[in-house]
Amino acid sequence: MTPKLIAIGLVAGFFSALFGVGGGIVLVPLLLLVVGLDGRSASATSLAAIGITALAGTVLYGFEGHVDVGHAALVGLPAAAGAVTGTVIQQRVSVRTLALGFSALLVVIAGWLMLS
Amino acid sequence: MSATTVVLAVLLGLAAGLLAGFFGVGGGILFVPTLVALGLSQIEAEATSLLAILPTVAAGTWQQRHYGNVRWRTALVLGVASIAGAAAGVQIATELPEDVLRRLFALLLLGVAAQLAWRSRRAAPYPSKP
Repeated sequence: MTPKLIAIGLVAGFFSALFGVGGGIVLVPLLLLVVGLDGRSASATSLAAIGITALAGTVLYGFEGHVDVGHAALVGLPAAAGAVTGTVIQQRVSVRTLALGFSALLVVIAGWLMLS
Repeated sequence: MSATTVVLAVLLGLAAGLLAGFFGVGGGILFVPTLVALGLSQIEAEATSLLAILPTVAAGTWQQRHYGNVRWRTALVLGVASIAGAAAGVQIATELPEDVLRRLFALLLLGVAAQLAWRSRRAAPYPSKP
């Protein structure tokens, strides 16, 4: 199991730093499909792993002078409140409709980034 | 920065956090476009997004811990292994031209959108036990 986890971690870390995301988009499906965790354990374990990944990325980008602390607080602190809320709701409801909604939102943002 | 901009940034931050809590991601896929819209360059947005992810995942993990869903050993192995991957990712991101990085990011968003749609169609990855 451990070699598989190391491989997954390496790939997730690369994605995370290259795109400035947590890497959960790589971690969660691999934890579901390769490691065989259930949905909630996969997302919970992913969040914990991302903490380490994002910290490493922040420090490395910090050396290059690319991190803007004020802007990070502006979006990151409301997001912490959102994360607690999202986690609480996740225990109670099916997230099918929300997944489709977010999916549509991402397509719109992708279009905007492509054209801007 | 106008009041409207701040309110929008806070709302998108909240949405990113909800996404993080629901799907176990860091919220970066919403942080990065939000930060670009606020005027940061793609590379600054990505670096700043990683910092913004820290409070998000700390709060989400803290909450998930109460439900006993976190596999700590698995998370630790994944996290430590990811550091080497992150070093490579930072290296490549800083060398790529800004517009290439932005378009790659847009492609990533489309991939994530497809994945979310796929996950929502799967039988019951997030079973709704009342």
